[in-house]
Amino acid sequence: MHPALQGLVTIIIGVGGCVGYFVLSNYLLDRFLLPARAMTADETASRRRIGLIAFFAVPALLVAGLVVMYGDLLSAGGIFRLIVGALVILGLWRLTGFIFAEGPLTAGHNISHANMIRPWLFLFPAILALGLYLTYPVFETLRLSFTQRIPGGYEFVGTANYQQMMSEPKFWEAMRNNMMWLVIVPAMSTVMGLIVAQLTDRISWGNIAKMLIFMPMAISFVGASVIFKLIYDTRPIDQEQIGVLNAIYLSLGGSEPQQWLTLPIWNNFLLMVVLIWIQTGFAMVILSAALRGIPEETVEAAIVDGANPFQIFFKIKVPQIMPTIVVVWTTITLTVLKVFDIVFAMTNGQWGTQVLANYMYNKLFTANDWGVGSAAAMVIMILVSPILIWNVRNARKEMK
Amino acid sequence: MDNIAGSKSSLTWAVHLSVAFLVILWLFPTVGLFVSSFRTGDQIASSGWWKSMFPTEQNLVIRAGAPDTQVQQGALYVIEGDLFDGRSAGEVSVWGISSREIDAYKAGETVTLKDGSTLTVQPDGIFRMENTEEFTGSRGQRIFITATTPPEFTTDNYQNMLLDPSNREGMSKAFFSTLTVTIPSTIIPILIAAFAAYALAWMEFPGRAILIACVVGLLVVPLQLALIPLLKFHNAVGIGKGYMGVWFAHTGFGLPLAIYLLRNYMVGLPRDIIENAKVDGATDFQIFTRIILPLSFPALASFAIFQFLWTWNDLLVAMVFLVDSSGETTVMTKQIVELLGTRGGNWEILATAAFISMAVPIAVFFALQRYLVRGLLAGSVK
Repeated sequence: MHPALQGLVTIIIGVGGCVGYFVLSNYLLDRFLLPARAMTADETASRRRIGLIAFFAVPALLVAGLVVMYGDLLSAGGIFRLIVGALVILGLWRLTGFIFAEGPLTAGHNISHANMIRPWLFLFPAILALGLYLTYPVFETLRLSFTQRIPGGYEFVGTANYQQMMSEPKFWEAMRNNMMWLVIVPAMSTVMGLIVAQLTDRISWGNIAKMLIFMPMAISFVGASVIFKLIYDTRPIDQEQIGVLNAIYLSLGGSEPQQWLTLPIWNNFLLMVVLIWIQTGFAMVILSAALRGIPEETVEAAIVDGANPFQIFFKIKVPQIMPTIVVVWTTITLTVLKVFDIVFAMTNGQWGTQVLANYMYNKLFTANDWGVGSAAAMVIMILVSPILIWNVRNARKEMK
Repeated sequence: MDNIAGSKSSLTWAVHLSVAFLVILWLFPTVGLFVSSFRTGDQIASSGWWKSMFPTEQNLVIRAGAPDTQVQQGALYVIEGDLFDGRSAGEVSVWGISSREIDAYKAGETVTLKDGSTLTVQPDGIFRMENTEEFTGSRGQRIFITATTPPEFTTDNYQNMLLDPSNREGMSKAFFSTLTVTIPSTIIPILIAAFAAYALAWMEFPGRAILIACVVGLLVVPLQLALIPLLKFHNAVGIGKGYMGVWFAHTGFGLPLAIYLLRNYMVGLPRDIIENAKVDGATDFQIFTRIILPLSFPALASFAIFQFLWTWNDLLVAMVFLVDSSGETTVMTKQIVELLGTRGGNWEILATAAFISMAVPIAVFFALQRYLVRGLLAGSVK
C-alpha cells in the first residue's frame, strides 16, 4: 500500500478509534451501566448478571491468552504475569460491587458513581500512552544498564557497564563537552535573547525584527547543520573561499584557510553557535513578553530619580523578570542535554566534539552495546532529574 | 514606552543600528543557503554566494561561429553572432584571440587576423568577422573575453531534486514519507490529550494532583531513554520498524506537553459557562465536545504547530523507529544527513535538499506565528 494512503487510513483508524472509544465508553456508562435515573431492584439484578458475565469474560480471556502466548507459567516472568492477572481480576471484582450494586437505586446514586468513573475513561488512553512510552522505558533502561546482552537473553552484570563507560576516554570527552555546552549555550542564548527583546521593544519595526530572529526555531537541527556547514566550508588556499568564516578570516589577515570543524576545542564552540542561533529566538519571545509585563510605574519612578537607560535595564527590569530568565535558562538547558542532531550531522563526534546523546546513540546503534548505551542514557536522565524535581515541586506549589 | 519622559534618548539611533545588525547576522546564514540553492554547482564552487548578488567579472573562452555559418554580403564573406548566445547577457570590457593575451584589445576595436580577415567585438557581445575570401576550416575562431555578467540564478537544482523521478537522491519520496510521519503524529496526540486535559482541569477525582505532577515530570524525561525499551517492545508486539511505530512513539513523546498546555488553558476558561451547562443537564461529554473544545481552539492550534514542527524536523525518532535498511521510508532529515556524508562538497544538492525540507516549516511558522508564540508563553512562563 502506498505510504500516503496508509497514512490516511491510519489517521482515519487512529482518530476514529479515539473518537469511537470516547463516545462509546461514555455512551455505555450513561445509557446502560449507570443511567441518570432511579432503578428498580429487578433492573439492577439483570444489569448485574450481564455485567458479571462481561466482567469475567475479560479476565478469563486474559488468562487464556497468557497461557497460550507464554505457555510456561512457572518461570519468573510467568509468575509475574500471573500476579498481574490476579490483580486485574481482583480489581474487576471490586469494581463490580461498585458499578453493579444490587437493590433499588436512586438517580443520585447512579450519577455520583458515573462521575467517579468518567475521569478515568477520559484519562485512560493518555495514561496508557504515558505509562508505556515514557514511564516504563525509564525503568527498563535502568534495568538494561545493569545487564549485558547474551545470545538469547540478558545477564545481570552489576555495574560493569558503568565501569566500562567510565574507563572510556570518549565518555569523559562527551561529559566535558556536555558541560561546556551546558554553561555556554543557555547563557549565550538567554543573554542574546534578552538583548534583542530589550532593543526591539523600543522601535517601530521591532515586531518584524523579532519575527526574523525567531525564524530559526522553525528550522530543523539538520537543516541548520547544513546551513552552518556551508559557513564553515574550507577550500584549498589557491581557490576562492566559499565559506564565509574562511573568507572573513583570510581578509582579516589569516595566513591560510582553516578546517574549522577539525580544530580541537574551537569546533565545539562552532557547533554551539548553531544551537545558540536557534534558541535565541525562543529566549527572546518569552523574555520580551516578560519585559512587557513589568509595571510601568517602577520604570517611571526610576526615570524620575534620574536613572540612565542602562541602570533601568540592569537594576529595575532584569531583577523583576528573574523568574522568567530562570525558566528560559532551564528550558534551554534541557534542550542542550538532549542535543544530538547537530553533532551527529556535522561531526558525528569526531575531532573531540562528542556529546552524551551522540555517544549514547553510537553505543546503541553502531557498537550495538545496549548495556553501555543504556548506562549513558541513565547519565542523561540523572543530569535532567534536578530540573525534573524542581519543576514538579513548582507545579505542586502552584496547585495549592 | 514612548510616552515616558526621557525614554527617547540619543541611544535611539544606536538601537536601530544594532537591531538591524543583529537581524542581518541572524538572517545571513539562511540567506546564504537559500541563494546557493539557486546557483549551479560550478558557480557555488567558484565564488562565495555573497558575490552572486552582484555583477561578476568573468574570463570566458568562446568560439565564434564556424565557417559554415558564413554569409556572403556583396564581395565580403561575413560571420556574425552574439558571444553571449545561450548564456545570460553581460558586458565585454577587453578581449583577445590568444590565451597569452586575453586582454589585448578593447571592446569595439577592429583587429586584423593572420588570414587577413577582420574581427570586431562590440561591448554587448556582438561580433563580426569579415573577409574577402571564403572562410575555411571546420571550427570557429577562439575569442577570449573578459566580461561583467549580471547575477545568474537557476531553478534547475529544484527540478533535479524534486521533479526528476530517475534521481535516486531526489527528495520527493522522502518528502512524502515525512508528511506521512507528521500528520498522524500531530492529530492523534491532540485528541488523546484533549480528553485527559479536560479531566485534569475540570473533573474532581482522587489522585488528580499526583497525575498532574507526573505529567510535569514526564515533560522533561529525555526521549533517549525510551529508544531501546520501545524498540524492543515494538519488535515484541510485531510492529517492528515502520510508520506505525514512529506514529506511536511521537504520540507518546508529545503527550506530556500536549496535556500540560491544554490543561493550563482549559483551567483558565470561565467556570460559569461549565456550571451553567451542568445545571441545564449537559453531561461531561457534551460539555467537553460542545463548549470546551471550541473554546480551546487557540491552545489546540499552538500544540498542533509545536508537534508539527517537532515531528517534521525530527531525526532521532525517525532513525530509530522508522528508517530500515531498505531505505524505502527514509525521511528528509535522514536523507540530508546521508547526503552530507556522500555529497559533502556538492553544495547545490545539499542546499536544495535542505531548503526543500525547510520550506514547509518556515511557511507554517510565518503563517501561524501568533499561535506558536502563545503556545511558547503558555508552555514555559509561570
